[in-house]
Amino acid sequence: MVAGAALALAWRPALAPIAPPPAASFAAPQIARGAVLASAGYCATCHTAKGGQPYAGGYAMETPFGVIHSTNITPDVETGIGAWSEAAFGRAMREGVARDGSHLFPAFPYEHFSRLSDDDIAALYAYFMTRPPVQAEAPRNTLPFPLNVRLLQAGWKLLFFRPQRDEPRADRSAEWNRGAYLAEGLAHCGACHTPRNALGAERRAQAYAGAAIDHWIAPPLDASNPSPVAWDVDELVAYLSTGVTRYHGTVAGPMAAVTRGIAQLPPEDIRAIAVYFADLDGAAARADATPAAVATALARSAAGGDDAGAPLYAAACASCHYNGADGVNPLRPELALGSAVHLDDPTNLIQVILFGIDALDGAPGVVMPAFGRALSDADVARLAAYLRATRTDRAPWPDLDKKVAQVRATAPGAE
Amino acid sequence: MTTRFTINGRAATSEAEGDTPLLWIIRDDLGLTGTKFGCGIGMCGACTVHVGGRATRACITPLAAVDGAAVTTIEGLDPQAAHPVQQVWRELQVPQCGYCQSGQIMQTVALLQDFPQPTDADIDAVMAGSLCRCMTYVRIREAIKKAAAAMAPAAAPGASS
Repeated sequence: MVAGAALALAWRPALAPIAPPPAASFAAPQIARGAVLASAGYCATCHTAKGGQPYAGGYAMETPFGVIHSTNITPDVETGIGAWSEAAFGRAMREGVARDGSHLFPAFPYEHFSRLSDDDIAALYAYFMTRPPVQAEAPRNTLPFPLNVRLLQAGWKLLFFRPQRDEPRADRSAEWNRGAYLAEGLAHCGACHTPRNALGAERRAQAYAGAAIDHWIAPPLDASNPSPVAWDVDELVAYLSTGVTRYHGTVAGPMAAVTRGIAQLPPEDIRAIAVYFADLDGAAARADATPAAVATALARSAAGGDDAGAPLYAAACASCHYNGADGVNPLRPELALGSAVHLDDPTNLIQVILFGIDALDGAPGVVMPAFGRALSDADVARLAAYLRATRTDRAPWPDLDKKVAQVRATAPGAE
Repeated sequence: MTTRFTINGRAATSEAEGDTPLLWIIRDDLGLTGTKFGCGIGMCGACTVHVGGRATRACITPLAAVDGAAVTTIEGLDPQAAHPVQQVWRELQVPQCGYCQSGQIMQTVALLQDFPQPTDADIDAVMAGSLCRCMTYVRIREAIKKAAAAMAPAAAPGASS
């Protein structure tokens, strides 16, 4: 009987297919708003395969459980969401159930989207239903049995899924609440920045404590963020709208696409997200410490040190990363201030040294070259160890050679 | 995959593999041989060009990384090869064999953007990655300071001297 009850909970009805609504049935301002929301939720990042048609799915997500391919969310009737009513779309967004009643994998962050307002869901629906339909079947997922049984996803939901509703906090400003709505819902920041348990659910008690994802480290967004200067509202606004900050370097890795998406939001929304996270990381309480932290960082960089990494750094890095005594130039990211050298895990630093940052990511139009072909694992490890020793007061990273080899192996196309 | 960028203000496209070094494209495909191949590992500065106005080692920059970017080589620094840095370079006869000099000049122009009146420490740090086997370093330093003075706002035409 318990099993029967569980099954009853697990079973969700199919919602009737519809004929795709004509584009003219949606108001242009609603479609435009949906476009902005889709950008800020960076839907295309996961729902577009490399080199594929926008939103046609097929992007392979490596998860600890196997490879999951994103679905086609263009309005193609057979392979996309063309036959989905707004109710079906809303149910998928908020409850993780497809139109045919099957459960979606939580790689799709419906937990976060459960917070979205009716208006925002409607605008997103209007936007997606007016995209060009693309016929594209997603490749098969490689989840092993029994993880591939979608019905079992119901059990996962029972254990971990708590639909969120937007409940503004009376003790915070309207701006903060707007930021919370965007960050927790649409922008689903926690999907990367919150550690997950063994079954892939976000650990709510450790919200924003930082996590490993896609061969990068999503740094903590709470007060445990190790950057010497606090992420205050100005730094967060700069980061989220331009990808470039004065004291926290530039955006890199999987976050670059996120920033490009969030940058499409109106400035007041970007500021709201910044206000929310600046509160979460306690920036106001640390504001007075900024000048001293910057001075310490510049002094550390100027002192340099003379270990085996120093000549490598002088030849390979200093021409771009050196800052004079007068302050930090945002286009000369000050390594002593960035999180990469301060995190417990050297992955992000190694990623950037090996593979660089292309013109699209980081500071727009500017490139960091890729030292992967130029430097051996031992040299990259030497550089990383040098920066850790001279730019921070933290313990050395263990097993750097091995770590460099591991990160190198994650290169696209590497075996 | 097609890579699109601009080179010295002109649109360029390349069908080469995305991991091809930008330097190969500049020299072999675009025929701009002012940029030199030195060490090939981003340690000598001979291949320095500007990407988005920033000094960048072309030998370790993958072609794919400049998709959408603006690349400037020594040929594009000034239409008459008369950038203030180039003028000072000629005036002081900085080059000897000349092989590293386009890289030195490109790096110097970038240096002076960030440090309009560079100290010796600034010059040491930023130029250390640009090697000259003829040892013209003394003249390079002198030229940098002279160019900085020439480019200072007070030295602009019309300003009182």
